[in-house]
Amino acid sequence: MTKVWVPGLLLIILVLLAALPLRSTEYTVVLVATILMFIILTVSWVIFSGSTGYLSLAPAAFFGVGIYTSAVLGMDLPLPVVVCIGGLASSCLALVVGAVTLRLRGIYFAIFTFGLVELIKNFVLWWEIQRTGTRGRFVVLVDNSTIYYVMLAILVVTLLTAYFIRRSRYGLALQSIGEDEHAAAHAGINVTALKIATFAISAIFMGAAGAIYAMQLTYIDPFISFNLNYSFLPVLMAIFGGMGQLYGPILGAAVFAYLREVLITEFPYHYMLILGIVLLIAILFLPNGLVGLIQRARRRAFGGQHANT
Amino acid sequence: MVTFLNIVITGLLLGGLYAVIAMGLSLQYGVARVLNIAHGEFIMLGGLTTWTLYTVFGINPLVSLAVCGPATFVLGFVIHRTLYKRLSSSAASPAIFESSSMLASFGLLFIIQNLASIAWGPEIRGYSYLAVPVNLAGAVFGANRLVTLGFAIAIGVAFYLFVARTRLGKAIRAAAQDPAAAGLMGVNINTVLALCFGFGAAMAGCAGMLISLWLPVHAVMGFPYTVIAIIVVVLGGLGSIPGSFIGGFVLGLIGSIVAYIDPGLSLVAYYLIFVLLLLVRPTGIMGK
Repeated sequence: MTKVWVPGLLLIILVLLAALPLRSTEYTVVLVATILMFIILTVSWVIFSGSTGYLSLAPAAFFGVGIYTSAVLGMDLPLPVVVCIGGLASSCLALVVGAVTLRLRGIYFAIFTFGLVELIKNFVLWWEIQRTGTRGRFVVLVDNSTIYYVMLAILVVTLLTAYFIRRSRYGLALQSIGEDEHAAAHAGINVTALKIATFAISAIFMGAAGAIYAMQLTYIDPFISFNLNYSFLPVLMAIFGGMGQLYGPILGAAVFAYLREVLITEFPYHYMLILGIVLLIAILFLPNGLVGLIQRARRRAFGGQHANT
Repeated sequence: MVTFLNIVITGLLLGGLYAVIAMGLSLQYGVARVLNIAHGEFIMLGGLTTWTLYTVFGINPLVSLAVCGPATFVLGFVIHRTLYKRLSSSAASPAIFESSSMLASFGLLFIIQNLASIAWGPEIRGYSYLAVPVNLAGAVFGANRLVTLGFAIAIGVAFYLFVARTRLGKAIRAAAQDPAAAGLMGVNINTVLALCFGFGAAMAGCAGMLISLWLPVHAVMGFPYTVIAIIVVVLGGLGSIPGSFIGGFVLGLIGSIVAYIDPGLSLVAYYLIFVLLLLVRPTGIMGK
């Protein structure tokens, strides 16, 4: 039964999203584009970290590289090319970083990636002040619905990639790395190559999203581009949604990003407080995220007849 | 020669501060297994409390140590008792606890920082205390900075003696080595972990008071200090308290040398050292 209605439902959602800029206000288009961006970041974070268990705090680095690609090349090259270069540049960075660091385990990998973001931010800051004498850059102006459609296109590609990786042998291999890396290596999986490749694939989408998001920002500097929030928020959104199912991170990112936008506009002075409390509650009481909550509710609604299936 | 002396003394003065900050984090991570990203927020609380006590009530900043230390200790103790104890009892493995407790500390960071901005506002605060020049073999420094160094060393040595010589210190070392075995030997493990978290927070509170002596304090000052603490802790070896003490001085010296060459590069240098260190020797100076 589920096999029939899931693709149909997805198609309807896609059509609705595609039709959105035609009938709604500029504000809604920007808001939804931002939510789509957070879904891209969260899902691409889950592609690597969700299955392998390596807690990467590097998304801000990849995202920021995308933003800077757009700021440097945006005036000279056509938009799709800029977005692709943004993705590829981030992916190259991920290849290098992955090749040297993926032997670090556990908390070391997390703090390394965290340090990497700060290193790049401070280096770019120093470089900009030395070379250009100013801190920030202006980005080419693009109208909001174009940004929206590009963001939607990137999201569709990200979701398809995540889905097919999850369904393939390759996804199964990643899962086994997450469970026991030594056992995975003994089972004949080329652990290192697989981790680096996945890390690089997940960075493509972050970089591409950064490249298009820069055009929405119009002005950028190292503090805006390499803001550590872009590393932490995807992690929080993924945990909030629950990583057991692919729809978990999507749901988590959509709800959390919307909540964040509303809180920033409605309670600018208390928004961090509320966000912090939501985060603590999610960590303490929702170990499996929103997905766990939904599954529990479903089990209760359908009673015990599915207990043994 | 005077320039050289100047660089070294600046480095030591800065290093003393880094050492105290890092020892607190090292205790929290090394024993309680919480990589506390909200560490800098306790520093901020210490700094702003000292500022309020001095400017509103006229209490000597050095005396306010008697307020900041215990207050942040109690706060840390209660947070561990309510939040982290729950997390550790529900976590399936130590690795899961490490990542979930780190994420929870982000939540704490948001909450404490926001509450502090409501209480103290966004203004950058500062006061002048003991700002008299002292001549050290040709190099001139403010007396307040020398007081910082003196206190940093005193706190470091006192804490080392406490861990090395007392019964509770022995329990802490046992808990750091193997919490399960320590529990079987009659150590009340939950209390010891909560005490360690509290001591770490108290050190951050004291460091906040020391910082407020010669640097501005404000509600969002905490995070850069957390980052420095993490770098020093990695430099000294994750979980090694003497390592953090030495690492603090090493980083302070490096910082003052690089700042002499190009002040804009000092943060870049810190992160570069950090990243290279993780690649080459992730166990740090004192690590096994």
